[in-house]
Amino acid sequence: MDEKMVLRMEHVTMQFGGVVAVNDLSLDVPEGKIVALIGPNGAGKTTAFNCITGVYQPTNGRVEFMGKTMICSHPTGKMKKNYLGKDAETYANQKIVDPAPDHVVELGIARTFQNIRLWKSMTVFENVLVAKHMRAKQNVFSATFRTNAKEEARMREETMELLKEQGLDQYCDEIATSLPYGLQRRLEIARALATEPKLLLLDEPAAGMNPQETLELAQYIQEIRDTHHLTVFLIEHHMDLVMKISDYIYVIDFGSEIARGVPKEVQHNKRVIEAYLGVAEDE
Amino acid sequence: MLQKNEKRAGTLRAMLAIMVLLLFVIVLENISSWIPGMPAIFSPTSQLFTVLKKGAVYSLVAVSMNLLNGFTGLFSLGQAGFMLLGAYTYAILTVPMAAKDQVYYLYGGSAVKFSLVDAFQSLFGTAGFGGAVSMICAVLVGIVCAGLVAALFAALIGTPVLRLKSDYLAIATLGFAEILRAIFQWQTLGPITNGANMLKSFPTFADFNIKNAAGQVVLRLSTFVPFLLSILCITVIVLLIHSSYGRAFKAIRDDEVAAEAMGISLFKHKMLSFVISSFFSGVGGALFAMYVSNAQAKAFTSTMTYEILLIVVIGGIGSISGSVIGTFLYVACSEWWLRFLDAETYIGSFKVPLLRSGFRMVVFSVVIMIIVLFFSQGIMGEKELTWAGIGGLLKKLKPKKKAASAGKEG
Repeated sequence: MDEKMVLRMEHVTMQFGGVVAVNDLSLDVPEGKIVALIGPNGAGKTTAFNCITGVYQPTNGRVEFMGKTMICSHPTGKMKKNYLGKDAETYANQKIVDPAPDHVVELGIARTFQNIRLWKSMTVFENVLVAKHMRAKQNVFSATFRTNAKEEARMREETMELLKEQGLDQYCDEIATSLPYGLQRRLEIARALATEPKLLLLDEPAAGMNPQETLELAQYIQEIRDTHHLTVFLIEHHMDLVMKISDYIYVIDFGSEIARGVPKEVQHNKRVIEAYLGVAEDE
Repeated sequence: MLQKNEKRAGTLRAMLAIMVLLLFVIVLENISSWIPGMPAIFSPTSQLFTVLKKGAVYSLVAVSMNLLNGFTGLFSLGQAGFMLLGAYTYAILTVPMAAKDQVYYLYGGSAVKFSLVDAFQSLFGTAGFGGAVSMICAVLVGIVCAGLVAALFAALIGTPVLRLKSDYLAIATLGFAEILRAIFQWQTLGPITNGANMLKSFPTFADFNIKNAAGQVVLRLSTFVPFLLSILCITVIVLLIHSSYGRAFKAIRDDEVAAEAMGISLFKHKMLSFVISSFFSGVGGALFAMYVSNAQAKAFTSTMTYEILLIVVIGGIGSISGSVIGTFLYVACSEWWLRFLDAETYIGSFKVPLLRSGFRMVVFSVVIMIIVLFFSQGIMGEKELTWAGIGGLLKKLKPKKKAASAGKEG
């Protein structure tokens, strides 16, 4: 592989008590590509996302971002005995790296949520503006006593630009949660973009959308990938969307990978069809 | 550009309004000595000024609590504890050397062989203008120290306590406040805290009244000073809330998970909010000590925290102007307007039933229950008092026209 990998998961396992939600998942997300993670309900897709974004500390495994170890973990304490996954020895002697979610964002990974999580008391403009807070060069004193006026002006300007680019500027002063559903999704993506990410994680961006909206979303995702020089890693249920825009697809079921490949390959993979449609009992 | 000018005009108007308010307070306080024969309510000892002074002090504490509870979504009940720290720090630092033996007579003098008042007096002199300057400096430095000590303690307990959420945080902070109260009453610490006895003789609001050589009061400033200090502090809090950090606080309140996923460090920002809120609670505690002219641990009970929490709820959680309005309403009711309920009243020979000592608290509780049950948004909800809002309200109050009134606040 001569491509540069933005994200690389190695043997990531997430075990809750006796349940292995993600089992030995390894995948690569090459720079500038759109990669999808699909699977039936409860397959562990969102858990995998939460392992990348620092929400959960994986039980075992390593995550590399831009060629550097971002997360590394191995079973400790009680989990040592109860661990059901594989490769526990591989990382046993490595230092545990467990960044907080805000640190992961700072490194350049932004995400959206399956169930939209906009700040409900704030306007559309403020929602994006807050996401600019992290990268602003200021401290609490300069912000309070307004000696950061230049920085503040820059943040506001950039926010406005971003909203214009996303076609949301006309809703700028409206309360975020009063927007129609599709626009709320778009706003969530805009907010994620405001953190200036290199990698964008989309958790079911097309959930609750009709075919027309889904089509628009597909175009939109490709657009922002090009304009913001992003790599996109998404979880999705809508097969049309996934097949249309993905460069590469990983399929998981019950936490384990069952298939990988370009859309064509995955589409005709027997195990994938079984996982999605079920297997007849007498077979 | 237009927006910028508008903003500047707004700031100017706000500053003007504050100055007018401060001038008004000075006039109100002195009008009885300038114009003889004013109604009794304008006399300096009237309940009006008690309410104004206490209101000014409490509004600062209420706003600082609102910063934490209303804007950052951290349900903390440690306010009285931080006020206690502030009050004691201020008192210990500013009791004049000359008064120490008398204040600490049970412990044979104070262990703190230092007083800000004396320190500044040795710099600027004791009498006349120099004396005034040294007193103002001592008070200001004392107040800042009070805030800093409270902030320091907040930073110390913040690390373990801020991992907790909602009710658990409330219980932990409440416990912290109670422990502090017990520690400050501990006899062994007597030489510093004066044990369970009160600290007194430090500079209070009354010391700001300007006197002539004969010792007569020329200009009363004892209500003006708490207003000035309180307004200064509240202005800082308002500026903070409207800054980038204030927005981050609100993001944490609205949705912690989303805030964290947008790069806002939860711990750092919660800590900031906690420390800043505690700083101003400490300042509020120092002002409270000045208001009651003593510092005594038994005054800073959890009841005091609940009182402030109540004010915040009545005013509207997440509204600064609501907190301020709520404070003055609450203080006026408890100290003045509902006092008549406590007095036995006769109409002719008929004794009005129920009215007796303590009945005020019964009525008060019922009013509070009604507010919490039916007006849980409080007076202002999450909105702020704005010029447009006041204008709209005035328009509404004028003879009603059919045109849609712009009564929306905010």
